[in-house]
Amino acid sequence: MVRVTLPFHLRNLAQTEQEVQLSVAPPVSVSTVLDALEAAYPVLKGTIREHETLKRRAFLRFFACGEDISTEDPGRSLPESIANGTEPLMVIGAIAGG
Amino acid sequence: MSQVRVLVGTKKGAFICTADAQRRDWNIEGPFFGGWEMYHLKGSTVDPNRIYASQSSGWFGQIIQRSDDGGKTWATPGSTPEELKSPHGFPQGESNKFVYEGVAGTHLWYDGTPHPWEFKRVWHLEPSLTEPDVVFAGVEDAAIFKSSDAGRTWSELPGLRTHTTGKDWQPGAGGMCLHTILIDPTAPDRMWVAISAAGCFRTDDGGKTWKPTNKGLVSNFMPNPEAEVGHCVHRIASHPSKPDTLFMQKHWDVMRSDDAGDSWTKVSGNLPCDFGFPIDVHAHEPETIYVVPIKSDGEHYPPEGKLRVYRSKTGGNEWEPLTKGLPQQDCYVNILRDAMAVDTLDDCGIYFGTTGGQVYVSPDGGDNWSAINEHFPAVLSVEVQTLK
Repeated sequence: MVRVTLPFHLRNLAQTEQEVQLSVAPPVSVSTVLDALEAAYPVLKGTIREHETLKRRAFLRFFACGEDISTEDPGRSLPESIANGTEPLMVIGAIAGG
Repeated sequence: MSQVRVLVGTKKGAFICTADAQRRDWNIEGPFFGGWEMYHLKGSTVDPNRIYASQSSGWFGQIIQRSDDGGKTWATPGSTPEELKSPHGFPQGESNKFVYEGVAGTHLWYDGTPHPWEFKRVWHLEPSLTEPDVVFAGVEDAAIFKSSDAGRTWSELPGLRTHTTGKDWQPGAGGMCLHTILIDPTAPDRMWVAISAAGCFRTDDGGKTWKPTNKGLVSNFMPNPEAEVGHCVHRIASHPSKPDTLFMQKHWDVMRSDDAGDSWTKVSGNLPCDFGFPIDVHAHEPETIYVVPIKSDGEHYPPEGKLRVYRSKTGGNEWEPLTKGLPQQDCYVNILRDAMAVDTLDDCGIYFGTTGGQVYVSPDGGDNWSAINEHFPAVLSVEVQTLK
């Protein structure tokens, strides 16, 4: 299972815990993980990436194994430790607004 | 026993305040959706227990929430509260999909260059006056959307945004927002919308086609002050018994129209300053109107540090300050465009909220004021429901 951690407001919106576990068929990438997340929690559609364009929202970032992968190709395969659930894919809200 | 329910949208959540007809002792519930910007909440007049709410965030975008029990419980439309009760229940609703019809195109940016139309948030929700499942949404960048399934899905009424003047619309300081939707109670296919900074528009065919209704408006910040579009209209209001008469608080100038917006005349009269945001009409006196003068477009606080509502009982031109119970020194709050409302009790109650977090009520048409609460987050919107 792939583990995904969500920021405070999104876990409240989805009425879930900080971390969710998802079954994701290979290849495991940011795109396929978010597809699975949105399928499991439809209310999150449009909150992490835009409707239609699937572009990452400007104030959100993705971290994997301590690396900021926000600007990488979302179709690129994630590290094995993310794919096998050893490490979570982190969705993080940017610190903005003071 | 009559009751009032005040719906308060703030920068950090929503609150619901209730009182009996005396409007003296208030019960406050909330925050709902704590930490989110609640631009607007509005109840259906057909089914007052149905309340729509716009929940948004610069981080996470737009969410629409709906309550069918007067604000006790909420869900994103598409999920029922029962579905959320199971251990694995979670909101199914995908009610936040606001996608422009066709190729969105461009409008003008602040610097006059073309800028792509981009959806940002819902500023205003206007439930139908006849059908509880129909609701309209005014959004930024300016467009109007309609839902016919109680907020579950949304479709643009593209005739407005694709009007021939749309490419020339520019944002105001708060963004290019469609912030006001007025439905004619005598002819539901006739509606007015107001956009900052494009102006006022009217449809007579349920939103298929729109006509700019800005004749008589003068905006000196524009190269052509009397242009067909480009005016920063802050708010329009009308009385249900006189739908052809509209009142407008423009960026500067208070205006009125007696021909459904086809032409406007200035009625600022003896106001100390005619810049401001909200305007509203007494529930039982169609020529009694209310504004809150603000010092200037560069100084968004009351003149002289005195918070004064101004009332005209003559439909404009002759205004009187209403001060009893409002701070008359060192007050530097603003009152935003959607933050004033009236109830329909007899005597009519007037309500407004401030960026300083106060919500005031006058249970006697403006003569006396008191605070429902003085310590909300900055207030974005105030609506009131009169419950019989």
